[in-house]
Amino acid sequence: MPDGINTGIGASVTRVEDYRFLTGQGTYTDDINRPGQAYAYILRSPHAHARINGIDTTAAGAADGVVAIYTGADMQTGGLPCGWLIHSRDGSPMHEPPHPPLAQGKVRCLGDQVAIVIADSLSQAKAAAELIEVDYDVLPAVVDMKAAAGGGTLVHDDIGTNVCYDWVIGEEGDVDAALAGSAHVTEIDIVNNRLIANAMEPRAAVSDFDRATGEYTLYTTTQNPHVIRLLMGAFVLSIPEHKLRIVAPDVGGGFGSKIFHYAEEAILTWAAGKLARPIKWTAERSESFMTDAQGRDHVTTAKLGLDANGKFTALKVETMANMGAYLSTFASSVPTYLYATLLAGCYTTPVIFANVKAIFTNTVPVDAYRGAGRPEATYLLERIVNKAAKEMNLDPVEIRTRNFIPSDAFPYQTPVALQYDSGDYMATLKRAQELHDTAGFAARRAEAEARGKKLGLGYSTYLEACGIAPSAVAGALGARAGLYESAEVRVHPTGSVTIFTGTHSHGQGHETTFAQLVSERLGVPLENIEISHGDTNRVQFGMGTYGSRSLAVGGVALDKALDKIEAKAKKIAAHILEASTEDLEFNDGNFTVAGTDKAMAFGEVALAAYVPHNYPIDEIEPGLDEQAFYDPANFTYPGGCHICEVEIDPATGVTEVTKFTAVDDVGRVINPMIVAGQVHGGVAQGIGQALLEEAIYDPEGQLLTGSYMDYCMPRADNLPSIQVAHETTLCTHNSLGVKGCGEVGAIGSPPAVINAVLDALTDFGVEDIAMPATPARVWQAIQDAKA
Amino acid sequence: MPNLSMTVNGKAVQGEVEARTLLVQFLRENLDLTGTHVGCDTSQCGACVVHVNGAAMKSCTMLAMQAEGAEVTTIEGLADGDTLHPMQEAFRNNHGLQCGFCTPGMVMSAIDLVNRNPNPSEEEIRDGLEGNICRCTGYHNIVKSVAEAARVMGS
Repeated sequence: MPDGINTGIGASVTRVEDYRFLTGQGTYTDDINRPGQAYAYILRSPHAHARINGIDTTAAGAADGVVAIYTGADMQTGGLPCGWLIHSRDGSPMHEPPHPPLAQGKVRCLGDQVAIVIADSLSQAKAAAELIEVDYDVLPAVVDMKAAAGGGTLVHDDIGTNVCYDWVIGEEGDVDAALAGSAHVTEIDIVNNRLIANAMEPRAAVSDFDRATGEYTLYTTTQNPHVIRLLMGAFVLSIPEHKLRIVAPDVGGGFGSKIFHYAEEAILTWAAGKLARPIKWTAERSESFMTDAQGRDHVTTAKLGLDANGKFTALKVETMANMGAYLSTFASSVPTYLYATLLAGCYTTPVIFANVKAIFTNTVPVDAYRGAGRPEATYLLERIVNKAAKEMNLDPVEIRTRNFIPSDAFPYQTPVALQYDSGDYMATLKRAQELHDTAGFAARRAEAEARGKKLGLGYSTYLEACGIAPSAVAGALGARAGLYESAEVRVHPTGSVTIFTGTHSHGQGHETTFAQLVSERLGVPLENIEISHGDTNRVQFGMGTYGSRSLAVGGVALDKALDKIEAKAKKIAAHILEASTEDLEFNDGNFTVAGTDKAMAFGEVALAAYVPHNYPIDEIEPGLDEQAFYDPANFTYPGGCHICEVEIDPATGVTEVTKFTAVDDVGRVINPMIVAGQVHGGVAQGIGQALLEEAIYDPEGQLLTGSYMDYCMPRADNLPSIQVAHETTLCTHNSLGVKGCGEVGAIGSPPAVINAVLDALTDFGVEDIAMPATPARVWQAIQDAKA
Repeated sequence: MPNLSMTVNGKAVQGEVEARTLLVQFLRENLDLTGTHVGCDTSQCGACVVHVNGAAMKSCTMLAMQAEGAEVTTIEGLADGDTLHPMQEAFRNNHGLQCGFCTPGMVMSAIDLVNRNPNPSEEEIRDGLEGNICRCTGYHNIVKSVAEAARVMGS
């Protein structure tokens, strides 16, 4: 390793990006200003459902500083597309109602875009927006999914239904027969609460248009700039890629909510072209609450069949998933291919059937939020497994271990399409029990009891699929894009290296982890490696960062490009050292000829590649710059065990997580410090879902949780320290053996928390509680059980 | 528009602002000190915390005019050349930041916390950071960072 310091795979290297963030030198979208920039304010619908009879902008247009006001009548472009086509059980394609960037005669959710006001200053734009008169006919709103599914008020009149699709997986007849023949059937009704991602940086955009070249530039808070370029350019604005540059600079968190192509991006880009002037828009937090795509929101009924020994015989699931008012970019895939295909979990359930109905409502769109579908599947499974254990008088650990896929059964084909490549669920369970000291729980519980408190212990043994994904498989399942990733390794003449990756880092630390991969392979010190991401004019192509795919797909693409660099460098070195490539070894940045003292440093090879005086010019071209696209053969399958301990004050319902242990199998770990950080953050969001967070609409479609005073974000004093460890099985189908770690925390943790809460409340006879288990809900559950 | 002068990061600055200008707007827009962030509109998130006359202050809760004549320190003013403040160094050593957006406010709040309580317990750190929201880290490594910085700052 360079200078004797390990900066390669497995080293907890401190992050390259931290210096700029810690000194206030990060460049987020709102930090960017363009010469002559104007400011935009988006006038939004105050109603969840209304017909627009007219918009009078006369007074507003005459207000101080106003540059332009545009409404839907002005902006006649394509609509925002959905990236995944789902087919209903009858073979018909899902309903895809138009999603205009600016409302066309109707608004369908609170915050829907009605007009854009562009002025010399933001305060002028806001003041002018106050003068716009919109004549609304307020219509009844449909907010509740069950009511929406039944018809009545329609979100989109012309499709005649609020059911977007009615999709199934598995053979219903087989599952019904297996359930009928089961010794016991456990039933559960479960709600996965609606959440708001709340990345700390609100969405923002700065658009620009260059009259001389005809090129549009959009700086935007996105997790996938190339995807935005493709969707906005091809579907909404008809701007070809070579005239459209998307830059995602430093982005302050995403958690899924910044994957999607948002209306404001298209409106700003279009308006910059109209005005030939840069325009800036930054969401206020209340706008983020109203308009960022939200997450989860499933209502599910399920039946789990068991034989007399507690072995699972069948699982039947009926789920309604809220789509909101329009289909967001990946919305349709979340409750289908990212949810129902995970319903085997880490268990050997032989037959599974799921029916998912996606429902339109007059609420903001719902799409992927950290975990996306997999937390919903995990929550369902881990709750119903616990319930079954209780009903069959089995220990919750015993029922799990009786049903685990054994570690020697891989590759394992599930009944719901996926084939798991590797895992050892017993190993993660055992390690978690040791770390958590579950053996000491009884004593801790007795101690709490003596203080009048109720202690509970809850398990979640989860599995997820990530590293999205094999393009052919995704395409067969309805994806309208490929899901490969690309990387370019540009070795400069003096031996420093720039990596171009199509993934995007918005907190994950790619500038460090990816540099470690390069350092490990080429022996180049970290300070001589630059990771470039987020700019479509610098990076060749990419599908971006979501689904824990950056390392498992983008990192492997980088590994492939490094293979090519190493192979070419070896030919150059072999030529100069007058040896055959077979005799050459490459270690710690040096090519050596086996059995001799002949050697050449990687930097010297780089120089030779650009100054090819003594060079195998007949065989290879000058230069040292290689690119690779990697399309994985399968998803990756992280899994693990989360154990949560809660202490409840039965007098008040106040619930405190006192101990939390996460043992995850994320495959090979490149930077343990960063991986632990990802798990901490995911678990915090999972605890948030279980105990604190919920997006609530009133029956008129008004968002009641529209600020940090109403939506309960986890704060430092709501959370415990989190114990994190790994038990590793390697991914068998990628060259790094990596699986992905970004979502495991948010996927595994919520059921562990709720199972702990229910365990704590056992003495009171409480058998169910909804997320978030707030003090009021816990207290009420205790009172109801007593009554 | 009223004139305004104050000391920011040790330098005398002045500017013309509308009376309604918030301190955070003056810092970001007039002085181009964009390290101080705006993460909410209800003074809940703490991304905008700076020091005003040595004490942590949410710069979105204060008019720029109210800082007339004050000594203001922002995240840009903490490091001594290339030498990071012990709190910045501790955040780096302990992976106390991910996306970096809450970080400036978090660091400024944490310094004030340690200034007021040089030897905080884990519980005191968690309580003391209640006014700063982080969505990435789960606070685990932030708490470790503050504890380490407190040890360094006290020695």
